[in-house]
Amino acid sequence: MLQHFGKYLLFLKSLFARGESSNIIFKRTIDEAILIGVNSIVIVAIVSTFIGAVTCVQVAYNLDNAFIPRSTIGFMVREMTLLELAPTITSIVLAGKVGSSIAGGLGTMQITEQVDALEVMGINSASYLVLPKILASLLVFPMLVILAMFLSIAGGYVAGTLSGELTAQEYTSGIRGDFIPYNIVFALIKSVVFAFLISSIASFRGYNTSGGALEVGAASTTAVTNSVIAVLIADFICAQLLL
Amino acid sequence: MIEIHNIHKSFNGKTILDGISGVFETGKTNLLLGASGTGKSVLLKCIVGLVKPDIGSVTFDGTYFTNNKLDIRQEIRRKIGMLFQGSALFDSMTVEQNVEFPLKMLTDMNKSERMDRVNFCLQRVGLENANNKMPSEISGGMKKRVGIARAIAPNCTYLFCDEPNSGLDPQTAITIDELIKEITHEYNITTIIVTHDMNSVIEIGDKIFFLYKGKKLWEGTNDNIMDNQIPELQDFIFANRLMRDAKKVEDERDR
Repeated sequence: MLQHFGKYLLFLKSLFARGESSNIIFKRTIDEAILIGVNSIVIVAIVSTFIGAVTCVQVAYNLDNAFIPRSTIGFMVREMTLLELAPTITSIVLAGKVGSSIAGGLGTMQITEQVDALEVMGINSASYLVLPKILASLLVFPMLVILAMFLSIAGGYVAGTLSGELTAQEYTSGIRGDFIPYNIVFALIKSVVFAFLISSIASFRGYNTSGGALEVGAASTTAVTNSVIAVLIADFICAQLLL
Repeated sequence: MIEIHNIHKSFNGKTILDGISGVFETGKTNLLLGASGTGKSVLLKCIVGLVKPDIGSVTFDGTYFTNNKLDIRQEIRRKIGMLFQGSALFDSMTVEQNVEFPLKMLTDMNKSERMDRVNFCLQRVGLENANNKMPSEISGGMKKRVGIARAIAPNCTYLFCDEPNSGLDPQTAITIDELIKEITHEYNITTIIVTHDMNSVIEIGDKIFFLYKGKKLWEGTNDNIMDNQIPELQDFIFANRLMRDAKKVEDERDR
């Protein structure tokens, strides 16, 4: 465990050891951002909309009390979405989608000697291949989390009003009441931390693959499980430190 | 010229290379010959710096490479072209982009200069109309040609080929061998080829190093390899029935 962590730290150091020019890294980062961001929009949209809808319906079910105003449902959907569901659930979904894709892609490049080909040319393969993926994730994850926040709250609105649990006015009043702007900052900080963990752990697992197709599959699986665990631990630490 | 001196390498306590020394001459196709598992590819990787030898040194045209400063090693690496066993073309790039890649990364050429060089290299390896094809759309032989084009694109001084004709039909294998030999002589580069193919030995072996169990047992040329008295090399050469039959015919003729 400690040995793996040490190797992971050395791997992160190697990204900057003899970095490629900033121009090349910038172009590759934009390419990767498009790849990670655009390809994840649909899954993030679907998951967050339904999470918002389900949250609204379940909160309404639990708050079936004449003394509690119905607008509380909207308030709770907003708070749960901003503080936890949008950043954490989106990151866990992305750990599956982006993490496995990064690990699988790098693993395949490793076993087909494409990484060696870069090294022989005198290119720092870690810096050229991995750094743009991490930077792109840092850039794109917060955007996807913001999208998830909007869609999740919208999902709650649609589900709440269509099911007749509360009126549109009650929901709107709930999501506007007692708003703390810091919660959004907190969610975005978490998304950046999760982006770094997912992209770097997946890259580490993929980059250090050796063997054949079986090992590439194993690296992808390990990348996803390790990333999810890291996200959950980081989620707890962020909540303790920042709230 | 590349010189290697007393190269040792072990993995998990198992000795793979056991004190190999030699000189690979410029303008010649130098072959590392041996059966599978004798350490040929590991030696090649030690020379290009992908694997660090436990003991020993590698010198490129008088410049010490192993354990030298990073920028000096980088400078030497930029003069190296390498053809990998599986070609190692970048999957996400077209043939043209693959050949252009080292030019983009290692030179100051502008786009039109790069494209001129790419087209020249592709033409040189006989692939005029494959620019926009993806690696997955071309045959194994074509991949090897693209690999050679990519290796020679930045005017490499040293060319390394790891089993360049493995997995190819005999005719294509000979074509690839001849192409490597032509390029070596034409551009006066130092070429090292890892092979276990006797056809390659006979066709293009300007200089041959025979490895056996991590040691260099014999060194010579394709003209005198048949005259060697090393039992292990004899066994290797005549493992093939065709070679045995040819030897039998020759022996009978001599009698």
